[in-house]
Amino acid sequence: MPVKTLTIDGQLITSPAEQTVLDAARLHGIKIPTLCHLDGVSEVGACRLCLVEIAGSNKLAPSCLTAVAEGMAVTTNSPRLQEYRKMIVELLFAERNHVCSVCVANAHCELQDLATAVGMDHVRFEYQFPKLPVDVSHDQFGIDHNRCVMCTRCVRVCDEVEGAHTWDVAGRGHNARVITDLNQPWGDADTCTSCGKCVQACPTGALFRQGATVAEMEKDKQKLAYLVESRARRASK
Amino acid sequence: MSRLRFATVWLGGCSGCHMSFLDLDEWLIDLASRVDVVFSPLADVKEYPENVDLVLVEGAVANDENLHMIRKVRERTKTLVALGDCAITGNVTALRNPLGVALEVLRPVYGENYPDEPQIVPVLLDRVQPVHQVVPVDYFVPGCPPPASRIKAVLEALLDGKTPVLEGNEIRFG
Repeated sequence: MPVKTLTIDGQLITSPAEQTVLDAARLHGIKIPTLCHLDGVSEVGACRLCLVEIAGSNKLAPSCLTAVAEGMAVTTNSPRLQEYRKMIVELLFAERNHVCSVCVANAHCELQDLATAVGMDHVRFEYQFPKLPVDVSHDQFGIDHNRCVMCTRCVRVCDEVEGAHTWDVAGRGHNARVITDLNQPWGDADTCTSCGKCVQACPTGALFRQGATVAEMEKDKQKLAYLVESRARRASK
Repeated sequence: MSRLRFATVWLGGCSGCHMSFLDLDEWLIDLASRVDVVFSPLADVKEYPENVDLVLVEGAVANDENLHMIRKVRERTKTLVALGDCAITGNVTALRNPLGVALEVLRPVYGENYPDEPQIVPVLLDRVQPVHQVVPVDYFVPGCPPPASRIKAVLEALLDGKTPVLEGNEIRFG
């Protein structure tokens, strides 16, 4: 197995050549915040929270999509990165209507946890207060676009793990939305198998089980990673 | 040493933050020995006084009375603390914002007989704003409501003339 030797936050690390900086850091107990990353599905580098500094480059690199390299010197937590991460989380809160106190995912939410982790005590940007729909046409689940952060974890888990590809993204920039099938109500989406993987993958209260009220929607994303690993083990037998 | 001139203000909120403040229980007796409560919904004072040292502001800026009040409070106060999620984010008070301007919210609720007595009933602003979007805020204490221990941590620091530092779970929203 070819290996690379690099430093992350001054710590000397030997890592398999195909590993990403994010995986290498995690394996050595160095925490890099993430939001769109989900164990078991592909990376998209959408949220920019895992940006790191690499010596010799002026550009910040998403650690989830950057392969380790020989002699690489990575910094994961400089004051500049801390400030950018805080701004990213503030922008996410300002963009849609994340009202923690009345959210199904209150106290079980990755966005709420991130706000705490980056030290966000208020949002410096103007709140947009967009008018967004809630779709509860599915008989078991619902989607509240007010809480969606466009991480696309639902899209990837539906496509790559369930193989249904019910979810996708429509629109661009500020108008982007996750959609089911041909942008029709979830309940009318024929491809949906009602497996619920998207609900488990969702980091916020955007996707929820119907009947869950404030703070009741707990998710278990580890199950998805476990499923992917088990399948890989079975395939290799 | 002269006692701190202390106030609490209730804008567009449910009073839950004030309830949480009252949850400080016997520590309120210690607090009372160190401050003069010069204005509060819990005290019978009509006019917000001059030269206030420290104020806790609960609630968002939702109507013209809130707007008038918060400007006066800022002008007359040394240290302004935004207390709770409504003051900091708009929170539940701002849930009406995506629905449209004030009339678009009032009409479906009250029909054509919506409250329209400008000098008697405060006029709703078209958009509910967090306090720091209207006046500068010195410190933020999140939570819906902020637990009493969090309020105490901030008050203790300020009473000792220190800069309050809330970290980790002490800055949790919701």
